[in-house]
Amino acid sequence: MKRREPLNNTQLLMTIAIGIFFVMYIAAMIFMGGGFLKVQQVFDLLNDNAYLIIIGCALTIVMIGGGINISVGGVISLTVMACALYLNGTGLQNAGGIVVTFLLALGIGLAFGAGMGFLISYLDIQPFIVTLAGMFLSRGLTTILSVNPVKVTHEPFLALVKTKIQIPFLGYVAQNGNLIPAKLEIGAVVALLIVIISFVMLRYVKLGRNIYALGGNQQSALMLGINVRRTRFLSYVISGLLSGLAGFIFLMHKPAGNASVAMRSEMDAIAASIIGGTLLTGGVGNVIGTFFGVMILATIQKIIGLSPLNESWWQDMASGALLGVFILLQSVVLSSREKRRAQKAATAPVLQKG
Amino acid sequence: MQNDAVLTMRGIDKQFPGTKALNKVDFTLRKGEIHALMGENGAGKSTLIKVLTGVHEKDGGSIWVEGVDGEAHIHSPQDAQNIGIATVYQEITLCPNLTVAENMFIGRTQGQRVHWKEYEKRATEILDNLGIPARAKQELSSCSLAVQQMVAIARAVDMNCKVLILDEPTSSLDDKEVEMLFGLMRDLKNRGVGIIFVTHFLEQVYEVSDRITVLRNGELVGEFAIEDLPQVELVAKMMGKDLNDLADLEQVGAKHEATGEVIYEAENLSSSESRAFDFNIHKGEVNGFTGLLGSGRSESVRAIFGADRVTGGKVKVKGQEVKISKPHEAMKAGIGYLPEDRKKDGIIADLSVRENIILAMQVMKGFFHPMSRSQMEAFADEYIKALSIKTASQETPVGSLSGGNQQKVILARWLLTHPDYLILDEPTRGIDVGTKLEIQKLVLKLANEENMSITFISSEIEEMLRTCSRLIVMRDRNIVGELTGDQLTQAQVMKTIAGGEQ
Amino acid sequence: MSTVRKATKKSSGLGQLMIPLVALGILVLFNLIRDPSFFSIEMATNNSGNQVLSGNLISIIDSASGLAIIAMGMTLVTAACGGQDISVGAVGAIAGAFFVKIANTDNGITGGSAILGFIVCVLGTIAFMMFNGTLVAVFKIQPMIATLILFSCGRSIAYWINGSATPQLTSPIIDALGKTIPGIPIPTPIFAVILMAILLALVFKFTNLRLYTQSVGINQGAARLNGINPTAIKLLSFVILGVCVAVAAVIGVSRLHQLNHKTLLVDIEMDAILAVAIGGNNLGGGKFRLLGSVLGAYIIQMLTTTLYSMSVAPVNVKAYKAIVIIIIVVAGSPVIKNKISMLITRIKAGKLQASAAKGVE
Repeated sequence: MKRREPLNNTQLLMTIAIGIFFVMYIAAMIFMGGGFLKVQQVFDLLNDNAYLIIIGCALTIVMIGGGINISVGGVISLTVMACALYLNGTGLQNAGGIVVTFLLALGIGLAFGAGMGFLISYLDIQPFIVTLAGMFLSRGLTTILSVNPVKVTHEPFLALVKTKIQIPFLGYVAQNGNLIPAKLEIGAVVALLIVIISFVMLRYVKLGRNIYALGGNQQSALMLGINVRRTRFLSYVISGLLSGLAGFIFLMHKPAGNASVAMRSEMDAIAASIIGGTLLTGGVGNVIGTFFGVMILATIQKIIGLSPLNESWWQDMASGALLGVFILLQSVVLSSREKRRAQKAATAPVLQKG
Repeated sequence: MQNDAVLTMRGIDKQFPGTKALNKVDFTLRKGEIHALMGENGAGKSTLIKVLTGVHEKDGGSIWVEGVDGEAHIHSPQDAQNIGIATVYQEITLCPNLTVAENMFIGRTQGQRVHWKEYEKRATEILDNLGIPARAKQELSSCSLAVQQMVAIARAVDMNCKVLILDEPTSSLDDKEVEMLFGLMRDLKNRGVGIIFVTHFLEQVYEVSDRITVLRNGELVGEFAIEDLPQVELVAKMMGKDLNDLADLEQVGAKHEATGEVIYEAENLSSSESRAFDFNIHKGEVNGFTGLLGSGRSESVRAIFGADRVTGGKVKVKGQEVKISKPHEAMKAGIGYLPEDRKKDGIIADLSVRENIILAMQVMKGFFHPMSRSQMEAFADEYIKALSIKTASQETPVGSLSGGNQQKVILARWLLTHPDYLILDEPTRGIDVGTKLEIQKLVLKLANEENMSITFISSEIEEMLRTCSRLIVMRDRNIVGELTGDQLTQAQVMKTIAGGEQ
Repeated sequence: MSTVRKATKKSSGLGQLMIPLVALGILVLFNLIRDPSFFSIEMATNNSGNQVLSGNLISIIDSASGLAIIAMGMTLVTAACGGQDISVGAVGAIAGAFFVKIANTDNGITGGSAILGFIVCVLGTIAFMMFNGTLVAVFKIQPMIATLILFSCGRSIAYWINGSATPQLTSPIIDALGKTIPGIPIPTPIFAVILMAILLALVFKFTNLRLYTQSVGINQGAARLNGINPTAIKLLSFVILGVCVAVAAVIGVSRLHQLNHKTLLVDIEMDAILAVAIGGNNLGGGKFRLLGSVLGAYIIQMLTTTLYSMSVAPVNVKAYKAIVIIIIVVAGSPVIKNKISMLITRIKAGKLQASAAKGVE
């Protein structure tokens, strides 16, 4: 007697996000045509937003655990700046230099993640405030390292930046008859891998399930024998590491350090998570949804960018409106669900006696 | 340390800011026994259990557990689980966003991988075995509260624990479910598990327990075999009173036959949660809604108070037609309501006892008419004395009081508004015998001396029989009978609830 | 039976204000030791030829005005809704746009147009805050998420209201609003803070706003069953925040003599939330102390000014600020507090035993 379980909140919200992404993209293909008809368009969205996908995952993981991390943008800027300075200063003008830079990026992320995680988990300080301090610290350190933009001059790294995965059969034929293959950057591949790894971690690894339990009900999680403090700590460590990684990926996309790098990207990452069905209250969410959240935000920007309203303030307004629609939609869907559930429980009395 | 003991606690001390919660308490649990842990609110039962389960760290004393060499060191619920101590709490301590199967296995599996298939298979086996109506893949939040509680028990059962703690597991279960639970407990007992059973239902203690340990004010009163301690004596031990003082235990006061004017009258009243019903109450009358859990008794009184969205019906207060669609309107019409769920709907935990007492009255005075501080203090003082509320001061956050005293604070809140009609939904749930009695007496006194109309709801039928002169019986969200006078016997109530009145 | 209660929710009397007061004290002491003349105040002539008080202390209190005012509103929203409004900066830009749009007529800024502009600015800001409030109170959306919408597009709306322009303002009225009124040596923004504080104090005195807000913030369900309308209380908190933001925005515009939708009150949401937290208020809602948040605002400003005077570059201030914030919140963290109070009881117990022992002798 097999029966399918109804979608849970996570799956339902994610499904809505995926559905809307496809509707939006197909509408763009029909009404705007041009670039949207090429696979390269999707690849460009991935290339440009690889770092955002990664910190989106970081935010989703923390938010499922009932926390928040608004330092991710700052950590990216610090990582980018530190790595750019290191690359330019190092004597290792070879692949070794890149490896050290990569480790440096992860190290910065780890340090921030572990530090903030400690304060939040073991000293019970409000995550918003701790990660706000983390944001201030990382942004401040960025400008202390250098107020001026730093362009990477490290040759092997620049070669790596130019390395793109070419997929001919997804390409298109240009006007002059040449086949232009679709190009995917390494960063985009890494971002997709991170989505998959995060998904597996959240679904099939104990830590992941503990994070859900923590976000679902912290008191219960404790009673169920979960080490709540360590779980929360690790969720911040992971988000820190992912921020460091996102910084490295950012540098691979735009090889220059700058104080304003990834400005406000934490809010974009939060918005993407929410659009993808992650609830700030914790316990509900999914990185696949977040991935589509990023893609939805990126697509709307692209659509506005290609339309006659091509101005940054229209893009802001469009993302704001889109976010509003999603938030309202989720609120309505979840509350109507709650009501149906309550009615069902009410109409089926707990027991019959006679 | 006795040979057959699975758990021995000696000289346990626990200090909280301002109070000594446990003072050199001893407790021994033997193999294969059901051991009731009894005491009034604030006696230290919960604290003792939380020390044992690693939620609180003890300040002094030692714990030995069978199978552990030397003293057991329990610093977290995880530690407790590892040495074979499993707990089922009164409040559901599972995660609503996870599946039933996951809730049964999370936090106690080896290795880093999550084996969904295996969990679900084993969970299905256990659920079937225990006859629990839940599916392994179902999200927990889609189960009823009773089923959630049973899932928690199933989890504990599967842990092959040596010590199983059941902290008021029956308060949200109905009779049939309680019987099922008791069957389960006896089964486990036969397998050699030691069970600590905490409850406020005295009958249940005598039904399943082998032994009783009584605590009072954080101190051990004694340990008794069940046959050596008659119920009345147990109550005396819990309350610390002489048997003579308990002479009036059975008779709390004379019931009042009300014949005065109709204070409140509803016709076809319905809300988003309740079906349409007719109801009235006379001046000075005490009546009650009875029925099983989920029969709609609470939903009906909530509709009267406008606590849920009112969807229809005509309401008359003292003969005048009024519209009551939200609590504020009910309050203005002279109705007070003490809700069923004290923690969720009653107390404002972080606010002081004073603020909690004056809240309803302050709201009735209006947003633009705050009371003066001295006025508030006078009122709070008056009711702290009148109801003998045990609190360090007026300014103590109400959340730090014991359950019974919290209940009295809410009672004080409504008495202060001098309502014509007061609804008390389960005012005695989860509080100790002494306070229960006090509240029953108070109800009769208010009706007799102040001519207040009161609707009293309780899961304990004896309590309602003692106080109410009229019982409205509900089944499946409909009123199925009304009992007065000679019909007010336990047997008749049961019969009506069960549907045998035709 | 009492459940496990969070140790964080305990505050009474001065308790909550301990940490901010100590922090403020340490900052003052630090500055006095570093430079005894740091707090000296003297009369000076400003650009417009007025006699004004000047000195670091005046500049701290003056510059913190906008933050202090917004922190008050933020405290109420936090208490009632259990979350924070992160759109105050962006809505501030909208408020500034409203003010400038109306006040800046073809004939420049007149007294009448400034008053009208202010009224429109307050009403317009309230309208936008009601949008946030409706999402939070009616649709039950977490405040931070609900306000993320205006956070991301508010500044663009401001730009759009002003017809895609960043107008410059020159007028004695703007001078008087943003700097000083001729003849009065104290900067006007300081009066704005005092005025707002008095206004809110009067509201607390003559209404039940505090009791209602705290009740709703602690236990919304219970508050409702006691006849309080939680939706109305939450909306009201956003309305009050709207007034605060409007006042802060007018000060901000006047101070800089221009409306720049990108920089007006930029990042103030973060500082305001910080001020609320430093003031010892629970960001999860419930009990609150406005004074704590105001102290928090002045601590943040004094810290910034101190760093400037130590010739830390403005862009780098954030890093140092972060470190001080961490120190303050760690000192105020429940775990550390418990440890300290345990230590104190132990020392006291030790003394008692010692004295008891002496008594026996």
